[in-house]
Amino acid sequence: MMKTDFLALPDEILLSIDKPERYIGHEVNAVVKDLSKVQVRFAMCFPDVYEIGMSHLGIQILYDMFNSFEDTWCERVYSPWTDLDQVMREKKIPLFALESQSPVKDFDFLGITIQYEMCYTNILQVLDLSQIPLESKDRTWDVPIVIGGGPCTYNPEPIADFFDLFYIGEGETQYRALLDLYKECRAKGESREGFLRKAGCLPGIYAPSLYDVTYNRDGTIASFDPRYPEMPRKIRKEIVGALDDTYYPMKPVVPYIKCTQDRVVLEIMRGCIRGCRFCQAGELYRPVRQRSVETLKRYAMEMLKNTGHEEISLSSLSSSDYTHLPELLDYLLEECSKRHINISLPSLRIDAFSLDVMSKVQDVKKTSLTFAPEAGSQRLRDVINKGLSEEVILSGAREAFEGGWTRVKLYFMLGHPGETDEDIVGIGDLANKIAAEFFDAVPKEKRVNGRVQIVVSTSFFVPKPFTAFQWAPQCSKEQFIEKAYTCRQGIASQLNQKSIKYNWHEADVSVLEGVLARGDRRLCKVIRRAYEKGCFYDAWSEYYHHDRWMESFAECGVDPDFYTVRERPDDEIFPWDFIDCGVSRKFLLQEWHNAKEGKVTDNCAEKCSGCGAASFGVGICFASRS
Amino acid sequence: MERALFIRVKFTKTGAIRYIGHLDVMRYFQKCIRRAEIDVAYTGGFSPHQIMTFASPLSVGLESQAEYMDLKLNSLTSLQEIADALNAVSVPEIRIADVGLLPENAGNAMASVAAADYAVEFRTGKVPACLAEGSGQSALDPDKCRAVIDKLLARTEIPYTKVLKKGERILDLRPGILDFHFDEERCALFLRCDASSAGNIKPIQVLESICAMEGETLAQYALLVTRLEMYTRKPAAEGEENGELIPMIGICEEHLA
Ligand code: SF4
Repeated sequence: MMKTDFLALPDEILLSIDKPERYIGHEVNAVVKDLSKVQVRFAMCFPDVYEIGMSHLGIQILYDMFNSFEDTWCERVYSPWTDLDQVMREKKIPLFALESQSPVKDFDFLGITIQYEMCYTNILQVLDLSQIPLESKDRTWDVPIVIGGGPCTYNPEPIADFFDLFYIGEGETQYRALLDLYKECRAKGESREGFLRKAGCLPGIYAPSLYDVTYNRDGTIASFDPRYPEMPRKIRKEIVGALDDTYYPMKPVVPYIKCTQDRVVLEIMRGCIRGCRFCQAGELYRPVRQRSVETLKRYAMEMLKNTGHEEISLSSLSSSDYTHLPELLDYLLEECSKRHINISLPSLRIDAFSLDVMSKVQDVKKTSLTFAPEAGSQRLRDVINKGLSEEVILSGAREAFEGGWTRVKLYFMLGHPGETDEDIVGIGDLANKIAAEFFDAVPKEKRVNGRVQIVVSTSFFVPKPFTAFQWAPQCSKEQFIEKAYTCRQGIASQLNQKSIKYNWHEADVSVLEGVLARGDRRLCKVIRRAYEKGCFYDAWSEYYHHDRWMESFAECGVDPDFYTVRERPDDEIFPWDFIDCGVSRKFLLQEWHNAKEGKVTDNCAEKCSGCGAASFGVGICFASRS
Repeated sequence: MERALFIRVKFTKTGAIRYIGHLDVMRYFQKCIRRAEIDVAYTGGFSPHQIMTFASPLSVGLESQAEYMDLKLNSLTSLQEIADALNAVSVPEIRIADVGLLPENAGNAMASVAAADYAVEFRTGKVPACLAEGSGQSALDPDKCRAVIDKLLARTEIPYTKVLKKGERILDLRPGILDFHFDEERCALFLRCDASSAGNIKPIQVLESICAMEGETLAQYALLVTRLEMYTRKPAAEGEENGELIPMIGICEEHLA
């Protein structure tokens, strides 16, 4: 067995960096196996700092799954923070996995989950520190197979050069087959390319180096073809049919340092019935599949027992739509209060039921109520198909104010297709009406601190692949800034403006995110160039260097505007068209046209709109509707 | 009224876990206690927390054979059961070494620490010349160690400049050094010093003073320090200035080890 106190980093380094706990492993429930009995070593990476990466449920599910395979040992890897990064480069210390503290380059697989575009440079950091060649074409059997997964792989093209394989869809289904194929190929002495070619024929697996792309004069894609006849032209996402009989981590790793998600996370369902036209997750994870309430009760108790966490939270895209929510919450309220365990509620739709539950688990005076109208006017909410009306918001807020709440958070996006100044000014109007509702509902003598606090936050809209808005132009940086200004003016002109605080996001990052989201393979060299100029941790505003990125575009002769500000014609071939996520391009196009006409579409619980996801044969598509 | 039930838990902290900071050790035990389903008492309110106190925090990077935590319980079947339940859900680097039942009038772990024992060793290549064998910097020379320690202890004052967030403060370490000698068996320096909240002394301060006395500077990260025991004082007997030092667990009416 391994000596348990072996650490990859010497004491002098651990004592000189911030939070050495990020790098030492040894957490409760971390899986340690006997290397001599393991055939496949899988390093599972979240390319951001430990506290963020450890909070991700998807990795925990796959960690549990891989380690349930007797022949496989899965370990974790995160991006070293900038202080350690510098030391590792200076001293040429290879990046290591936490459990065995041994170099990632000795593993069979390096799996990287890709949750947001702004981590692309961190992927290069991880490869570089691991001493793995950055591009697939330069790799040999001396280094692991680098495989990507997660939502960003629904357009993997901007990072295609850096990966040997991508896994499209939910990881629970095909990894076993992939590992078996790997073992077989290695035993037979197959070449690396030979393995990739075979792997690329497995369902859901994409081998980017074995496809050729050609472009038209205008820069759009002309063709996208596999290099070998047996390889698929379309890669269909993998999904789990019944969530009740798949992997779920009953013993998640318990970190020592406080992570973003320092609690038991109960995934109650996958997918979302709503179909908001800006939302990529809502399309990618169709159709909705629920876990049974019995399973969830059992999971909750077992995970609380195994972790000792003092809090539990529910996870899904829209928890209010979970059919058995009242039963589940009743159960958790009872069991958790006995055990002094907090329930952290996801943002629920505000109504009598959710207010009642919230008042039981939170101190109403200290917590905020959250609404996400996403757009300031009903007209624009119809364009984006966000089914939340002003009446519902105001009556929910009123009820909450009567119940003692005094803080409200409102989330909006600026830059939706077809947005006018009137829509933006509507944000201030709505915030003002909510404040007025407070002064009307709560008599003077009952007002805590005498006032209501409304915080309006706006982010900038970035069109994403596999949404109705994949054809839409994105705003330029100047337009974004002007919109934020208009919004601020709109708020400042309100009667109750003193009760309203306004926050907005940086525009630079949204522009880059837009380029990367709908980009193609020509961006690989730009990302590499930016990384070589020192860009990483782009998701952390203090480390984001817009100038370096713009220089990289210029030096690589790539025009970022091509990917963002242009409206794409209905029949343009998109870089991600070879992926079949279940929702058909025909349906999305129809939604794009509906958006332009301001026509709303029913949600899956009301009526099936025939998006195409029923082809998976599971979930809500086959539920009876009342 | 029913008597409040307080227990004192002695635990070790070794290996990789030496990098876990004090606050995180507290969080670790909160979770451990839940996993072990110990019937601990909670405060009230919207975010109730377990009633626990820890003795003198250990600096990151140090190992310990004797850390202490006091817990308030609602019920107790046996001390052994507490030790077994905690050990069953703990990482191997944190072991429950002893559990005792605190007498009613005992001060809590944090307030009643008086002194601590440390073994001080050096990382290879970082032994100061005044303590090192031959011209190398890897092993201690017992005779040199004894001589230098005697020289230090012969001083009536050992001024030490402590750098604080705002300015500096000069301390006198001498009264706080209770025992300092070369430990032959371990081939390390043994130091017993004040660990009370008012007069806490860190081993590094003493070693820096030795080096300064000999015209040297202690290399960065030179020390490998292990805390061996923590003490509290018995109430002073007639004519005594201070009560006798006894290990923190010794104040318990009954304990396991
Ligand atoms: S096929 Fe119908 S029910 Fe199923 S996800 Fe699509 S719209 Fe919803």
